[in-house]
Amino acid sequence: MTSTQLSPGQQPSRGAPAAAVLAGSGPESKRQRPRKVRKKDLYQGTNRTDTWKHHLKRDWRLYSLLVAPLIFLLIFRYLPMAGNVIAFRRFRPGSNIFGDEWVGFHYIEMFIYDPKFWDVFWNTVILGGLTLAVCFPLPIVLALMFNELRSNTFKRIAQSISYLPHFMSIVIVAGMVLQITSLNGTVNQVIGFFGGDAVPFMQLPEWFRTVYVTSEVWQTVGWGTILYLAALTTIDPQLYEAARIDGANRWQQMWHVTIPGLLPTMVVLLVLNVGTFMAVGFEKVLLLYDPLTYATADIIATYVYRVGITSANFSYATAIGLFEAIIGLILILSANYAARRMTGTSLW
Amino acid sequence: MVTIAAEPGTKPAKKTTFQPRPTQTTAIKDSRSYTAFRVFNGIAIVLICAVTLYPFLNIIAQSFSSEGYINAGQVNIVPRGFNITTFEVVMSDPMFWRNYANTVIYTVVATVIAMILTTTMAYALSKKYLKGRTFFIGVAVFTMFFNGGLIPNYVLINSLGMTNTIWAIVLPNAISIFNLLVMKAFFENFSTELEEAASIDGLTTYGILWRVVIPLSKAVIATMVLFYAVQFWNAWFQAFLYLDRRELYPVTVYLRNLLAGATGTEQIGGEAGESTQIASNVRAVTMLLTTLPIICLYPFLQKYFVRGIMLGSVKQ
Repeated sequence: MTSTQLSPGQQPSRGAPAAAVLAGSGPESKRQRPRKVRKKDLYQGTNRTDTWKHHLKRDWRLYSLLVAPLIFLLIFRYLPMAGNVIAFRRFRPGSNIFGDEWVGFHYIEMFIYDPKFWDVFWNTVILGGLTLAVCFPLPIVLALMFNELRSNTFKRIAQSISYLPHFMSIVIVAGMVLQITSLNGTVNQVIGFFGGDAVPFMQLPEWFRTVYVTSEVWQTVGWGTILYLAALTTIDPQLYEAARIDGANRWQQMWHVTIPGLLPTMVVLLVLNVGTFMAVGFEKVLLLYDPLTYATADIIATYVYRVGITSANFSYATAIGLFEAIIGLILILSANYAARRMTGTSLW
Repeated sequence: MVTIAAEPGTKPAKKTTFQPRPTQTTAIKDSRSYTAFRVFNGIAIVLICAVTLYPFLNIIAQSFSSEGYINAGQVNIVPRGFNITTFEVVMSDPMFWRNYANTVIYTVVATVIAMILTTTMAYALSKKYLKGRTFFIGVAVFTMFFNGGLIPNYVLINSLGMTNTIWAIVLPNAISIFNLLVMKAFFENFSTELEEAASIDGLTTYGILWRVVIPLSKAVIATMVLFYAVQFWNAWFQAFLYLDRRELYPVTVYLRNLLAGATGTEQIGGEAGESTQIASNVRAVTMLLTTLPIICLYPFLQKYFVRGIMLGSVKQ
């Protein structure tokens, strides 16, 4: 195999020095895994080849492929990030997107002393926390349940059905929720069957969280099993055999082999879920809530939407949005750090 | 399914998607509690599937029922007062078709743009020898965890003059970082020998990408197209935010306005006043028609979605 002499990804026609360096490693290199080639070695003996100029000259076509995507990221991702500066500046609609004059922490103070802000803040924490607590563990349970099925046909059909809601638009899901919880909907039909009185669920603040989390479970649990099922396929069957020889029954096998095998996936998904915890389904809440249920349903994102878009208080809404985004960033960084410290697995 | 545990280390040759482990050899009997568990487990899964499917069946039943039965709360999964006039009513609204066509246009244009940007970026970033690669990946990944937020985005789109144009819908979400990473991982595993051979034969980077890599990556490209197409088909908020003219709406916003009209509160732009009490069967039919393409294609395309997410998870 002559190809083993090439460093991975190195194109021979361009990086001629690479072959020269690697050729010296001798026949014993066949047995070893290909040695990690450092750039320093690669360009040994050539003059100043690791410069930007050299790379741009050699790979300019590759860089040219990056131009459009990077411009996209710059305009549609990084400009709005910089646009957050209007949290500290006065902004008039129609003027430039970075605002007109500095006002310092005026808008920050404004929301800190706004009791309404703290209401929506705690609503967000509670709704996000409930969603995390319910929607994180359930896919694991469902994946384990799928794993215990023996009929492959049944399993495949069940999986296909459980993934389906993931592909529905939030508008459709909201429509279904409104239909099913309406006064003449299924839930009230069941209540009526047992002799209860119809409940106008979507108009009662005390029901909003239940309805929201239930719809979230309905939509996400099936699809959430995929990564766990993928992880299950990577568990070495010999571990199960060894466990059986040691006398482990099915429960013990699950506890001592399956669960540890899933742990890295769990950690990664938990980190991701914690990171997006504050960004709980803005679009779904916006579709489902109602002035009658603001007491529990109004979250930071919907408050920002109403303050910013509906009432055109751009700077004030930006300040609140920025606060939320920073909390989100801190959450994911600390969740990642904690995961790495405790389990050795992390996102990066 | 009986799998005889062969010599350790030999994997079953059959390639199934989810085949976690060979089932227990028949020599050892399941304990009684485990058998009970399996029965319970099977029943539970059937129930879960029923609950998952129920809302769909309910919508379908309502679509074919007459309004009186729905309002009386007598429709669950069997249509009552069977009729198809509701379909005729919904389909006779020219605005519905206009918005449906908009959805198709937005989905196609947005998917094409997204695929071009994602493929080129993923390909360039998959080359490990590219100087600055880590930095560019960092630039992309950072946007997953921190974004500008609603208001700065809104202000930006407005100042770019994109309001009430198709660009406000198709451009701002063109690159999904998750899809980008999946494609990058796929290209990283792409055989370097082929690309080297093409390069020796005189193809430039563009030629290699267009004539060698893309034709051989049809599977991952099909998956990415599906992910993007579903995402854009289902999107509504961008359109809701940036489009004011009804004839520009995608069908999701049309549906959203029906739902908002039905609840009678929270309306946009003064249209769809409280007086427009939209009948439940009209809502059901609109929902059904909006999601019909996805439901119809889903059984055939499902394996591509699963494959796509698996490709992504290989990285971890």
